[in-house]
Formats: sequence, structure tokens, C-alpha cells
Amino acid sequence: MAKAKAQKVGKNSLFSFANASVADKTFYVVIGIFLTIFLILVAYPCLFVIAASFSSGGAVQSGQVYIWPVGFNLNGYNQCFNNPNIWTGFRNSLGYTVVGTLWNISLTMMCAYPMARSDLPGRNIFMFLFSFTMFFGGGMIPAYILNRSLHLINTVWVMILPLSMSVYNMIVARTFIASNIPKDMLEAASIDGCSDLKFFTSIVIPLSKAVIAVLVLFYGVGHWNQYFHAMIYLNDRNLFPLQLFLKEILLSANIDPSTVSDPELAAQLATLVEVIKYSVIVVALIPVLLVYPFVQKYFVKGVMIGAIKG
Amino acid sequence: MSANNPTAIQLNKPKSVWARICERWQLYALLAIPFIYVVIFMYGPMCGLIIAFKDYKYKLGIFGSPWVGFDQFLEFFNSYRFWDIVKNTLVLSVYSLVAGFPITIFFALCINAFPSAKYAKVVQTVTYVPHFISTVIMVGLLQQLLNNRIGIWGIAWSAISGQPMGSAPAILTSGPAFKHMYVWSGIWQSTGYSAVIYIAALAGVDPSLHEAAIIDGANRAQRCWHVDIPTILPTAVIMLIMQIGHLMSVGYEKTYLLQNTQNLTYSEIISTYVYKVGLTGVSDYSYSTAIGLFNSIINFILLMTVNFISNKVTGSGLF
Repeated sequence: MAKAKAQKVGKNSLFSFANASVADKTFYVVIGIFLTIFLILVAYPCLFVIAASFSSGGAVQSGQVYIWPVGFNLNGYNQCFNNPNIWTGFRNSLGYTVVGTLWNISLTMMCAYPMARSDLPGRNIFMFLFSFTMFFGGGMIPAYILNRSLHLINTVWVMILPLSMSVYNMIVARTFIASNIPKDMLEAASIDGCSDLKFFTSIVIPLSKAVIAVLVLFYGVGHWNQYFHAMIYLNDRNLFPLQLFLKEILLSANIDPSTVSDPELAAQLATLVEVIKYSVIVVALIPVLLVYPFVQKYFVKGVMIGAIKG
Repeated sequence: MSANNPTAIQLNKPKSVWARICERWQLYALLAIPFIYVVIFMYGPMCGLIIAFKDYKYKLGIFGSPWVGFDQFLEFFNSYRFWDIVKNTLVLSVYSLVAGFPITIFFALCINAFPSAKYAKVVQTVTYVPHFISTVIMVGLLQQLLNNRIGIWGIAWSAISGQPMGSAPAILTSGPAFKHMYVWSGIWQSTGYSAVIYIAALAGVDPSLHEAAIIDGANRAQRCWHVDIPTILPTAVIMLIMQIGHLMSVGYEKTYLLQNTQNLTYSEIISTYVYKVGLTGVSDYSYSTAIGLFNSIINFILLMTVNFISNKVTGSGLF
């Protein structure tokens, strides 16, 4: 509290623009310009994509769109939402993300709590075995052979089981538990007859809400954005996550003409191709942008917890 | 007092390891599933690495296939693509590090030094967003924006040069431009996120240092140089070590999607080559595993060396 106040006072007295010297004013203006350049470099491409997604095919094809939609219409979005693949992908990705994240969080917390207990015999051996996997691994092909021999390929399980836990995230959680749940609490609880399991479920988990929020963000975004793993292990189009369908739509040169029988519509679609791509980008970003404001504050915290122990 | 307390008596008695293990059985029960997961899915593939020294045949299985020693490795070292692939991998990672590392620190210093905390917050919040964009979307975005006709690149080129649309040099299909596209899009995506850790370190600077510097007549730019930068130096060293330790692991997900036949000479890296040799076309599991193992070993040695040097020089390392 006192420190925060001191910082606030310090900030006011140190960083007030009005009383600044000429040298300081120049400095502030220069870094202000740099920051604005950073802001524009990040924001402009995003605004351009949004504008292009609402524009007419002709306007995009002739390069008339700068920052505002030209020939406003929703054709791109219509095409995008009429595409059954987008819906299948959304459904699958949502499933993988929700189930996968729940499973990830359970395993991570189940692993992090014992690892945070200094009185656990053999803790260092376990910790070494876990940490070692962060620096060395079997690689793509041995993992593929393993998953094939476990008959996981082309099943939903391949999107969940091999990605059960990230050791890095486990260490983030362990660091949080070790530094935020006082030892006295465990002693007090065990004197009252609380078992380790009971302590875990009724004290550790409720007190770890902040780190669980961070883990939900890390794992959730990871599952939602996953494509390479899916590309290797899935052939069945009914199981494809959204990212794989997006890859087809965005990275193929043209829309497959065989899917459109009407030649007039096909010609119309040809000019729409680019607009559809822009719309797809916007649609795919919506879920992330919807969740982003809620988790934003946690994620700074998460980066910091993780940074403590590299 | 303590004689009446049963736990106190228990604590005084030295216990055997076995007794302590039994007492903590619930913790081991919690640990069981994660541990089994790690053993199967992380250590399992490590055992599978022996196929790098064999000629793996599906019918014979991992253990039945014949040994070939280091033949797979030698085949890779002698292959005509070896130097290209290793060079590309190193170029991409060193370039990313050299360009991205100072920019991140510069960005964090700007955010920290800017007098309006509100505006700095806005810039920070906006620059985080690209971190959450998936690789597929990112590459799709690049293909749209860098299109030399209708992308921002093409439009800007014809607006500035006054030449007709489509006259801009093609970036997407140009080999020599690949590294710039890869590195700068990476910087675009990650600067805001990577800067968080420095911004937090800068927020923790002791205000009295700044006050003392002001009394000594230092202006803000001088304080930035003499107070802020020394403060984040330890953090920067650790981050640098980590990045050098991962020098050989270039993000294959993005590289793979950005590849096309025109830029392949410049864009093929070890990990994408492993994927192509092992899992597409006529898959050669052993050869591909050997290449992957070669990459992992180099990475591991790099990390250990850098960590060792850092422990000696700065007194702090990862472990």
C-alpha cells in the first residue's frame, strides 16, 4: 500500500509534462511518436482487414479500400457462414478447446500441488524428470509412431491425450502455489485432521483462482489455435478443427469450382474470393477478441509468475 | 504443553523414508496421472529415438528393425541439401534474435518513459492482440496484405511510386525476401507480448533512484540510459540466454505455411524438412528421426553451454 502510494507520488512528480524541461519535452514527443508508430503498425492492418471484409469484391480487387469499407455489403460474411466447413470447424474446435482445457487444468493442478510440497519424499527426482522434457524430446516421428501404436490417430483423443499437460505451465502453477499458500495453513489444517487430498480440493484449488485463470488462457488459446498437430494426426474431415478449414480457405488460391454448380454464381464468387478471405479472418478472430478483454489482466500476471522461474 | 500435543510428539520422532512416503500417499495419488502421462507421451518418444540408428520397417517394429549405426546421420550430413537447411535455420533464428531483441527492449522503455500512463496503456493493450492470432490466420493475413496487387503492400507501392497496380515486387514468392517476411511478421506479432516482462521490471525501479538522478540534474533521456536500462539488464540477460538456447528451434508452424515452391531454397528449415521426409510422400522414418535428433542435440548443447557461461559470468542462469 505504502509502496503503491510512493510510486504514485513519484510518478506524478517525475513524469508531469507541464513542468518538464525543454530537453524532457523533446524526449517525450520523440517517444510519443515512436509509440504512435507502433500503434499504427499493429492497428492499421487489422482495420484494413475489417474494412476489406465489408467491401464489395470489385473494390477489393481494384485496390480502392484503405481504411473504410467501399461498396458496403455482407456478401463475404454470407458466403463464410453458408460454408458448412466453418460450422463443423467451429463445433470441433470448441469441443477440443473446452474438453482439452478442462483436462489440462486438472492434470496441471494435480501435478503442481505435490511438486510445490517441500515435504514430499522424492520431489527433486520427479521435478528433474518433468523439467528434462522441456529441454529434450523425442521429436515428431517417434511421437507419431507412438500415437499410431496407441491407435490414437484419426480419433478425437489424439487432440486431447498427447497434449495433456505442458510442463512449463505446471511449473508456473507450482511457483504460484509455493509462494501464495502459506505453510502454516497446511499445518493448521492437518492439526484439525484435514487430509492432503481434502486440503488440495478445498484450500489449494480455491486459493489458486488467479493462476487457474492464467492457465485457462494459455491452454485455451493453444487449443483454439492448434493446427500442426491436427494436420499430422487427423484425416477425417468431420474431426478437423477450425484452423485446418481456415488453412484450406485462406491458403488455397481459389475456391473449388466443383462446389458451385451455377456458372453465374461461380463468376460472382471469383470476384468475391478475396472478400471471403478477409471475412473468414475476421470471423476466426471474433472468439479470441471476445474473450481477450476478460483475460487480459490475468495474462500479464501469468507472464510474470512464469518469469520467476524461467 | 507440547507433551499433550500429539503432532508435536510425532514431529520429534525421526521417521524412515518409507513411513514418510506412506504418510503422503495421497500426494502420490494426485501425481500418478500426470506422471504416467509424462512417462508415456514424453519419455516414450525418447525411447523411439533408437530408430535413428536403425533402418525402421513398419512390419519389423522398432525393436525388430536392423541396426545401421550412424548411417542415417551420415546420409544427412552428405546430402546436398544439408548446408542449405542448416544455414536457413540459423539465418532465421539469428535474424529474429538480433532484430527482435533490441526492439522489444526499446518498446518497453518507451512505454515506461511516456508521461501519459493512459496512452501507454492503450498502446500496450493493442500491441498484445497479435500474440493471440493463430499461425494460420497470421499467414493468411500476410498473404492478403503482402499481395503485390491488392494488398496493403501493392496499394502503398503504386500510391508512392505512381506506377500501375501489380508493379510492386512480389514478396511472397521471393526467396531472398523470405527471411525478412518471416522475421518482421514475427516481430509484429510478439513485440507487445515479449515486452510485458521488461515493463514489469521497469515498474519496479526504486523511485529514489530517479529522484536522486533528478537532483543531480539528469533529464529523462539520461535517466532512461543510466537508471532504467541498468535495471532491466539482468532480465535481459536471462531472456537472451533462453533465446540463444533455442536458436535451432525455429517456429516450423509458420515457416511451413509460408513455404512455396518459389522460395523453398531459402525457406526449408530442419524441422519442416523432418516433417516432409518423415510424414509426407514416401516416408522415411529413420532418416527423419535422425535429422530431428541431430537438431535436438545441437539445441541441448547450446542451452547447456549458454547456461554454463551465464552462471560463470553473471552468477545467474536458468539452472
